[in-house]
Formats: sequence, C-alpha cells, structure tokens
Amino acid sequence: MNPRITLATAARILRQLRADHRTIAMMLVVPCVLLGLLAWIFDGTPVFDRIGAALLGVFPFVVMFIVTSVATLRERTSGTLERLLTTPLGKGDFMLGYALAFGLMAVIQALVATGFAVWVCDLDVAGPTWLLVVIAVCDALLGTALGLLVSGFASTEFQAVQFMPALVLPQFLLCGLLVPRDALPSILSTVSDYLPLSYAVDAMRTIASVPEPLGDVTSDIGVIVGAIALALALGSLTLRRRTP
Amino acid sequence: MMKSQQEGAATDAIVVEHLVVRRGGRDVLPDLRVTVPAGQVVGLLGPSGGGKSTLMRAIVGVQQVESGTVTVLDLPAGHPDLRHRVGYVTQSPSIYADLSVRHNLTYFAQVLGAPRDAVDRAIDAVDLASHADATVATLSGGQRSRASLAAALVGDPEVLVLDEPTVGLDPVLRRDLWSLFRRLAHDEGRTLLVSSHVMDEATRCDRLLLLREGEILSDSTLPELLERTGAPDAEQAFLHLVDRAAAGAPTSAPTSPSTSAPTTGDRS
Repeated sequence: MNPRITLATAARILRQLRADHRTIAMMLVVPCVLLGLLAWIFDGTPVFDRIGAALLGVFPFVVMFIVTSVATLRERTSGTLERLLTTPLGKGDFMLGYALAFGLMAVIQALVATGFAVWVCDLDVAGPTWLLVVIAVCDALLGTALGLLVSGFASTEFQAVQFMPALVLPQFLLCGLLVPRDALPSILSTVSDYLPLSYAVDAMRTIASVPEPLGDVTSDIGVIVGAIALALALGSLTLRRRTP
Repeated sequence: MMKSQQEGAATDAIVVEHLVVRRGGRDVLPDLRVTVPAGQVVGLLGPSGGGKSTLMRAIVGVQQVESGTVTVLDLPAGHPDLRHRVGYVTQSPSIYADLSVRHNLTYFAQVLGAPRDAVDRAIDAVDLASHADATVATLSGGQRSRASLAAALVGDPEVLVLDEPTVGLDPVLRRDLWSLFRRLAHDEGRTLLVSSHVMDEATRCDRLLLLREGEILSDSTLPELLERTGAPDAEQAFLHLVDRAAAGAPTSAPTSPSTSAPTTGDRS
C-alpha cells in the first residue's frame, strides 16, 4: 500500500462522482425528503423524535451501500480493475481509496441530513448534534465497506442492486427500529447482536435520549468501526490479481 | 526515454515454457513454449478464440495458470517489480468513461509513479491532443482505444502487451499506430507483443507468432514464413499452416533455426 496511490484513487473517484450531478443531488436530497415525509406523517406525535435520529443512521448506510457496490462492479466489468491490478496499486489502496472518497461524501450527506432533521423538522435530540453526524458517517462507511465486499460476489448490476434487500433489509428489520431488540424473539434478538446496523441504531437512540451520551456511545462506535475494518479486509480478499 | 537495452536483441524479454491454461474445463493453452526477443515488435496473430488473449493475460500475470512458467524481464510474470515495467492494454478500452482523457492519464500516471509531463507525452504519442479534455464517453471507438493505449504508455513500460490495439481503426490510424509501435521498439528499446487477427498487419512486425487452438504454428520473421510455406502473403501462409495442421502433418519446429534471430532458448 502507498499513500500516494490511495489518495490518487480517492481523488479519481471523487472526480468521477463530481461529473455525475444527479447522483450527488440524490445523495443529498433523498434523505432530507424521506426525513421530511416521516416528520410530516407523525406530525403532532412523539414518534418522529423516537425514530428520527435512528433513521439518520440508516439512510447513509443504505445509500452508500448501493452507490459503492454498483461503482465497484463497474470497475470490475469495465476492465479498469484488472488493469489497475497489473500496476503497483495495492488492494488496500483500492479499498481505502473508495472508503475515503465515499467517506467524504458521507460527511457532506450526514451534515445536510442532520441539519435538515434538527432545524427544519425540529428533531429533538438530548445529546450533542455533532455526535449524530459522527455516527451517520460511521454508518455511511459501513455501507461503503459492505458494498465493496458484496460487489465481489455480484457479476451483474442486477445482482449488485439486489444485495441491498438481501443484506440491508434484514438488518433494518432487526435493528430495533420496528420492535425494540430486547423485545424480539430470543433467537432474533441474538442474531441482531451480530448485525452492525443494530449498534448504529442503538447509538443514535442513546444520543437522542441521553444528555451526556459519549460514554455509552463509544462502545457502539467501536463495534461499527470493527465491522468496517472486517468488511474492508474481507472485501480486499475478493480482489484477485489472477482470475480464471 | 531511451532504454538501456540496445544489447537486448540477443536476449528474450518474455520466455514461456510448458504453459498450460485451462478455462471452463477446456485446455485453452495445452502446452505452450514461446519466446519474445527484447527490443522488437512481435505480432501475435491467429483466429479469435485461439488463445491470444489468454497468453497475453498470462504474460502480464492476471491469468490463473495450471502449470508451466512465464518469465518476463527475468522475473516470474506478475512479480511486484514488474508492475511498473510491463504495460498491458486489454482488447476493450479499460479507462474511465466518465473522466476526460487527461484526467484518466493523470490518474494512471500517479498510480504508476510517472512524472507529470508523461501525461502530455502519452497524449501526443497517440495523437489525442485535440481531444485531451473530452470525456472518454464522448469519444469514438478508435479514440477510446488510443486513450487506453496512452494509459499504458504513461508509465514508460519496458514491455508492452497490446491486445488487438488496432481493431476498428481506419487505415490511416492503423498505419500511424504501427509506426508508433515500431518507434517504441526500435528507437526506445521497448519490447512489444501485439495481437491482431488482421493478417496484413503481419508486414509491420519484426517477428510473427501464429497461434491457433492454443498451439504455435509458426514463430519466425515474415520473409522466413513466406519462404517456408511458399505463400505470397501472411494470410495464405497461415491458411497453408492451418491446413497442414488439420491434415496431421508436423507443424511444430516452429522456426527454421538457420534463419531465426538469435535467442537464448532451444526451440526444437
């Protein structure tokens, strides 16, 4: 691995993204529209304050998962990945390049979505708002890392897109957003302990309800960062210099 | 940009021995032996599906091989030290369609650790200066494949492996590219292995490898090939060799040793 190549890769991915105005607009606007819709549906009830923060963690996860898995699949099918793997570029340079580029996009997306939720939709958060942004960025990176991983198992765009419902929706169902995790049937509750999105939603709920949440949230962040590292490491195993 | 390989005519840049590659349950390359002398333009000709791309992939180290050895610049193919010494251009242009030519080349230059001016030199070499800032997606097929070639040139490689670089190009561009290939080899001492299924491009190569169904039918210069087969041109010579192979006559002994360029390997 080489920092020059990693940064060049991240810069190249951002440049590609910058040429695609519609994707950038959708990455920033869609979470706001959904949050706004949700706040409107539950207008006058306490529900939005209860789940709004948790959803701030779910949107960047889903969006980055889709964008990354398709972008990486494009590299595989266009031959650019094969070409890059004949150059001094290391697998880690490739993985981290994507993580850095989409991580930066995630920061922007999290700032916009959190700002919209707090100031426009009046989301009531007991803890510090900046911590919401931190968790949202971690979730986005988790989505990126998982997207990189699954793109290794998809050979067409159709497959890549379907990994979203296959891998993301179960996590969404079990993360405690619909039914609190400790109220789930015991097997499902145990399964949810192994899903990284559960920790993201736990952290967001803690921030929303506890004025000084930093201590409680640190361990959740630790689990999410661990899951990111694991997914990136497993993902780099799917990048093979020699193929059949 | 001169390479210190002027003495290289006597050495082989690429040595392939007993290479076996199996793809989809079929031996694409059953047992291949071939050498590519340094500092020359070597044409790899033959029908599609004959194993040209597979051989090239093995040489650049991206092909899983069953057995045998592939040595490039005295190192095993795919060795980390070769990654900035060997340039590879795939058959379909492998560059980013949503970036401009210049941005593509700038990225590959950074990955390959090439100096900044390498980008402009590569753009000039493939005659794309007028389209340097155009997005690749807006370019014609020929322009795209030249941009893809430039992305390999930018790293100043000693060995260039080019898979059908002239396919779909008009005659003028093909002539220009072949002059570029010859310049890269003869003036700058690089080794080029160029595949093509257009037999009339044979006249542009220093040596010809005829590959059919994973076997080398001939490895010689064009005049030697014509003399040996009595054919008027490369295409006729190739057909002659194919017919002989189909009839079961011995087609191995690819070179006539008396006339072949000096190489280290024993080719019998």
